[in-house]
Amino acid sequence: MGIKALLVLADGTVFEGYGFGAEGETTGEVVFNTSMTGYQEILTDPSYKGQIVMMTYTQMGNYGINEEDIESAGGIKAEGFIVREACPFPSNWRSSGSLVEYMERQGIVGIQDIDTRALTRHLRTHGAQMGIISTADQDPLSLLARVRAHPGISSSDLVKEVTVAQPYAWNEGCWKWCSPPHPSLARGEAEPVLKVAVYDFGIKFNILRNLVEAGFGVTVFPAQTPAEAVLETNPDGVLLSNGPGDPETVTYAIEAARKLMGKKPVFGICLGHQILGLALGGRTYKLKFGHHGGNHPVKDLATGRVEITSQNHNYCVDVNSLGGKVALTHVNLYDGTEEGMRHVDLPVFSVQHHPEAGPGPNDSTHLFRRFRELIEGVAV
Amino acid sequence: MPKREDIRKILIIGSGPIVIGQACEFDYSGTQSCKALRDEGYTVVLVNSNPATIMTDPETADVTYIEPLTVEVLELIIEKERPQAILPTMGGQTALNLAVDLSEKGILEKYGVELIGAKLHAIKKAEDRELFKEAMVRIGLDVPKSAVVTSVRQGIEAVKEIGFPTILRPAFTLGGTGGGIAYNQEEYVELLDKGLKLSPVNQVLIEESVLGWKEYELEVMRDRKDNVVIVCSIENFDPMGVHTGDSITVAPAQTLTDREYQRMRDASIAIIREIGVDTGGSNIQFALNPADGRMTVIEMNPRVSRSSALASKATGFPIAKIAAKLAVGLTLDEIRNDITRETPASFEPALDYVVTKFPRFAFEKFPEADPVLTTQMKSVGEVMSIGRTFKESLQKSLRSLESGSYGLEPVEAPLDKIKMKLKIPGVERLWYIAQAMRAGMSVEEIGDYTKIDPWFLNHLKEIVGMEERIEVAGRAGVTPHLLREAKNAGFSDRRLSRLLGRDESEIRRLRKEQGIGPVYKMVDTCAAEFAAYTPYLYSTYERPFYTVGRGGVTPPLQPESEAAPTGRKKIVILGSGPNRIGQGIEFDYCCVHAVFALRELGFETIMVNCNPETVSTDYDTSDRLYFEPLTIEDVVNIIETERPVGVIVQFGGQTPLKLAVPLEREGIRILGTSPDSIDRAEDRRRFKQLLHKLDLKQPESDTAMSVQEAVDAARTIGYPVMVRPSYVLGGRAMEIVYDEDSIRGYMERAVKASPEHPILVDKYLNDAREVDVDAVSDGDDVVVGGVMEHIEEAGIHSGDSACSLPPYSLSEEITEEIKRQTRALAKELGVIGLMNVQFAVKKDEIYILEVNPRASRTIPFVSKATGVPLAKIAAKVMAGKTLKELGFTSERVISHVAVKEAVFPFDKFPGVDTILGPEMKSTGEVMGIDEDFGRAFAKAQASVNNRLPLSGKIVISIRDEDKPGICDVVKRLYAAGFSVIATKGTAAFLDGKGLPVEMINKVAEGRPHIVDLIKNKEIVFVINTVSGAQAQKDSFSIRRSALQYGVPYTTTVAGARAVVSAIEALRKKKVTIKPIQEYHRKG
Repeated sequence: MGIKALLVLADGTVFEGYGFGAEGETTGEVVFNTSMTGYQEILTDPSYKGQIVMMTYTQMGNYGINEEDIESAGGIKAEGFIVREACPFPSNWRSSGSLVEYMERQGIVGIQDIDTRALTRHLRTHGAQMGIISTADQDPLSLLARVRAHPGISSSDLVKEVTVAQPYAWNEGCWKWCSPPHPSLARGEAEPVLKVAVYDFGIKFNILRNLVEAGFGVTVFPAQTPAEAVLETNPDGVLLSNGPGDPETVTYAIEAARKLMGKKPVFGICLGHQILGLALGGRTYKLKFGHHGGNHPVKDLATGRVEITSQNHNYCVDVNSLGGKVALTHVNLYDGTEEGMRHVDLPVFSVQHHPEAGPGPNDSTHLFRRFRELIEGVAV
Repeated sequence: MPKREDIRKILIIGSGPIVIGQACEFDYSGTQSCKALRDEGYTVVLVNSNPATIMTDPETADVTYIEPLTVEVLELIIEKERPQAILPTMGGQTALNLAVDLSEKGILEKYGVELIGAKLHAIKKAEDRELFKEAMVRIGLDVPKSAVVTSVRQGIEAVKEIGFPTILRPAFTLGGTGGGIAYNQEEYVELLDKGLKLSPVNQVLIEESVLGWKEYELEVMRDRKDNVVIVCSIENFDPMGVHTGDSITVAPAQTLTDREYQRMRDASIAIIREIGVDTGGSNIQFALNPADGRMTVIEMNPRVSRSSALASKATGFPIAKIAAKLAVGLTLDEIRNDITRETPASFEPALDYVVTKFPRFAFEKFPEADPVLTTQMKSVGEVMSIGRTFKESLQKSLRSLESGSYGLEPVEAPLDKIKMKLKIPGVERLWYIAQAMRAGMSVEEIGDYTKIDPWFLNHLKEIVGMEERIEVAGRAGVTPHLLREAKNAGFSDRRLSRLLGRDESEIRRLRKEQGIGPVYKMVDTCAAEFAAYTPYLYSTYERPFYTVGRGGVTPPLQPESEAAPTGRKKIVILGSGPNRIGQGIEFDYCCVHAVFALRELGFETIMVNCNPETVSTDYDTSDRLYFEPLTIEDVVNIIETERPVGVIVQFGGQTPLKLAVPLEREGIRILGTSPDSIDRAEDRRRFKQLLHKLDLKQPESDTAMSVQEAVDAARTIGYPVMVRPSYVLGGRAMEIVYDEDSIRGYMERAVKASPEHPILVDKYLNDAREVDVDAVSDGDDVVVGGVMEHIEEAGIHSGDSACSLPPYSLSEEITEEIKRQTRALAKELGVIGLMNVQFAVKKDEIYILEVNPRASRTIPFVSKATGVPLAKIAAKVMAGKTLKELGFTSERVISHVAVKEAVFPFDKFPGVDTILGPEMKSTGEVMGIDEDFGRAFAKAQASVNNRLPLSGKIVISIRDEDKPGICDVVKRLYAAGFSVIATKGTAAFLDGKGLPVEMINKVAEGRPHIVDLIKNKEIVFVINTVSGAQAQKDSFSIRRSALQYGVPYTTTVAGARAVVSAIEALRKKKVTIKPIQEYHRKG
């Protein structure tokens, strides 16, 4: 069954289980994700920087890991992984190895064989909080002391840790299923007709792929790139990406967003959406345990259509705090929280959920086309 | 969007009798849709021929017709009720096909009726193979190479392109009837010919084989604003080649990456849009090549299905209920999720457990049938189980099956047999896989033989490995750690007891000493992201968590359980488990009624069951639902958690009844008739004493421990005798023998008699009439629910014979005497609740065949026939009410006639004879109700698709014993204008009686023979009775060809007589319809 491991939450709750992946110790904010598939995308999603992810579905690792389903360079971004049962014998035609080995190789500590449903209910009731997983220390009290000593993730700027160092161009589209008789995945291509500058706050590859798919030539910029430097490249539009942590800590990005609006059409996703909210003078608030999963219904208020969305955020924009500068465009039908907004005067819009999916449903990918249409509308 | 106001009245079509491929899942969907539409303020008219359904309860719909599901009858109903719309998607293929017929015959247009849910064009596009294929190609989806052919010649041409092996699927048939796999030209032509005949449109799809590919199903919902959600994904353990109804399946899909899952999801959405299912649910099947991920679309059902019932139970998302609301114009975001209350239905359920569905077969009932699993469905029922992991879920499903398995028991077999069992999918393949592992075969090797995904096989290997560790540890003493691990992986106490060589109760004690007990988790649609309010629970084993803080370590608590039992007065009702022949929907009906009744009395009701098709496992039915196996271990665990005032075991058939004594031994109170009384009725010796005491008669009987004893006993009793082993239920291996040679033959062939397993020898009362009585008793008063006279003579299993309520030929005196004896038996036995007695009447002598102090199969029929909810009354009596308090003090006398008829699965089992006998073979039943016996019988026949002719030629071939009785039948047929043709012996006999008939050869006598006439459709009805094995063999092809060519037939003279009465009645007056509510209107 492997080596014994403990998970200790900051409120003193202790779960005893078994370690998998790397041995050692890891600390992060414990959040749960309700997706039943897509663990590799989730682990490599830079938005999970600083967080330990717990999957509510019980069987993880079933299809192993592969070369295509990664959302960022450099491997796993989450701090740790909590599952009910990790599968050591993956089965899938694309699998190139097991989840367990993958985590081991990347030095990621995991814990399994704990009551993940009880943990979910605990987090639902008591809120997301810091936790520590250890295979090294079996003393819950000393672990508790350590997790309490941790400054937490709200106070730190995690974007710096996951953004790119140098600008780069991206030209790969969405993965394509080739047609029979020899189906396999191939990298997508598309002829760029517009230029988009992307602020990388911890971007997922699938956003870049979807931009290419929508006809964009993509240049990715480090998070701290001043707005002026981006404007100098004269893009047709700017995308503010997803990313980890508290939006208020990313002051340089808020600053840049403020300068970009009005000069270029802007599309914000997740953290990018929150940054736009703050740049427009609004406020953000933290959800009790966040939204992490692939089944939240979001209503597009313009069309009345409901889309099943990929979600991964702990913060929301209080659209009412924006004093009429923006219109609410999307609403989460689960809890009524804000899922999208559009500036009433400027070509600026954003969503809280993840239209790029990866993992999750593709219901909202049309938003990338909407971004293109917005730019083309402005150009005319 | 608000619901539609232009519709006020909606007709829902049910699915008719339970047959293989269409079981109680459609009672579940029909009942849900009736409730949902009435909640929205619509008037609901319902038609279904199956009385054993909750949907046909007079309270479920506004107007209920228990009438044949034929176009003619539906037109009468439409004409009378004038609904604005028909919802055809709730009654399986039956309802969908009827909707197509109604539409194509212009009836819908004539009466201005709209199809809601699925329009004609969508139904046709989904069901017509060619149209479907075109549609798939249009939206860029891959489909297996295929051709639709309408003749054998065309088929031979088409297969050149497609190659072997080839899959054949006849269009518009139930459960894949007539489908199959052909590996060579000869097989191909044979299957094709059969398929063309079975398809009502003479169309067969010839398809590229995707045998061995991975198989998936997605359940999709769409509303009229084009919002689409996927409710559930299902992955099959058995790869393509085994009908999905016969496959072990799991939810959610296990081995798809998100990218592959989303591809399938996107395809499903595109398909439901392209096919044009406006609103409601559809089921879409995919095959995936495990080597390269090529995905092909197999089929789509534009309606609720068995899979959607499973998906509803697996996720907590009530597909049928929501589909009904979508059909009247509501949208997904306007409908609330009942379980979370706060969130809307426009979402996709998140599971935090694994669901396993395991099929249940009945091959033991059809020894001649080929037990190989193919693309034609053969299972008669299924179980579902829920565990946190696949291992746990699978092992729970094994003990839910009630096939005597409590885990992966070893099977004794040499390696070559094991390999064969791996290669050819059969009922026990799972156990052979485990055995192959014990024999040292690798996962790869087993995968080569079975094509089962290694993910599943590796889990089995883990279970087998754990068994070994347990066995090894057993010698030294199993550690708490290992015991916990085993329980975690779903091991039953029983299986552990076998592995450890101890008693089950010892394992239980050991487990308790070590504090290892189950906890209950909720099925909540959202993986605990939101609070849930519907106590729909399953058991699992989890580890506790605890708190540390300033005070140091709080000791580990119990693991978290969400059962949260209330302090209310509660009663546990044990359900009936998987459907099988002899125990089906009738018992689920009774259990559901018990729930309703006890709730009316203010009790909290707790249902325990593991059958996903049923109404009883709807989270809406009882106050609390435990989706659990019905074993002593699982039930005791629930009772220890809930602490009910008592448990009801007498409504769910044999399954819960078997638990009565063990439960009582655990100190649990059994409500109603005591287990001792049950034993008194079941134990032959005690029962004999009881009858003796009451001065009641029983056919002479004896017990034999050897061949010689059996022969002696038969001689003393006098032939014919009925012989059967004492240790089997439901008439299995029971036979009627007429002479010493036959009894010797039987003893050698069928059974091994021994002191542990004696053979019972009973006097067989030939030509006796059989009578069934259902009664309810409170211990003081006994009230008869109904007296039913069988159509077929005694000796044919009561579940297989047709019957009439009230009796159609018994004298008043006999009927009264039967009632008196029933009351005497109930009082003597101290029955509290229901009791069923079977009588035989021969020459005015009354014999008692059997007494069952519990709910019988006929309870729903009697209740529908008389309008008295017997099961409800009985449940209330068991909870302490008296019949006087309930106002039920005398039998309800009816002025109409109700006839029950049985439905058989013969068409699913090629090679099986249609002769009836003491072994039950029927899967379901229908009811015909009208003013007189003839028309009620005719309706019952129409409902089982045995449409009675009004003119034409009837063929008769009968055994000698029946010849005197046939004269009257022939006379009446002549009077009604029929012509009669008979085989030599029968013809000669009739000629001798002054009834000249045409003569025809038997099959062995040269051509043209009787089968030629049937095939040429020159015959409108077949009367064929036989005795003796040889005669039965000789005439087998007569009955099979009648079945295959859809010629109505009967295999008993009593049946022939009833048929003639029905024909006479039909010729006098046309069939009319009347809602059940009108039959039972008081005053």
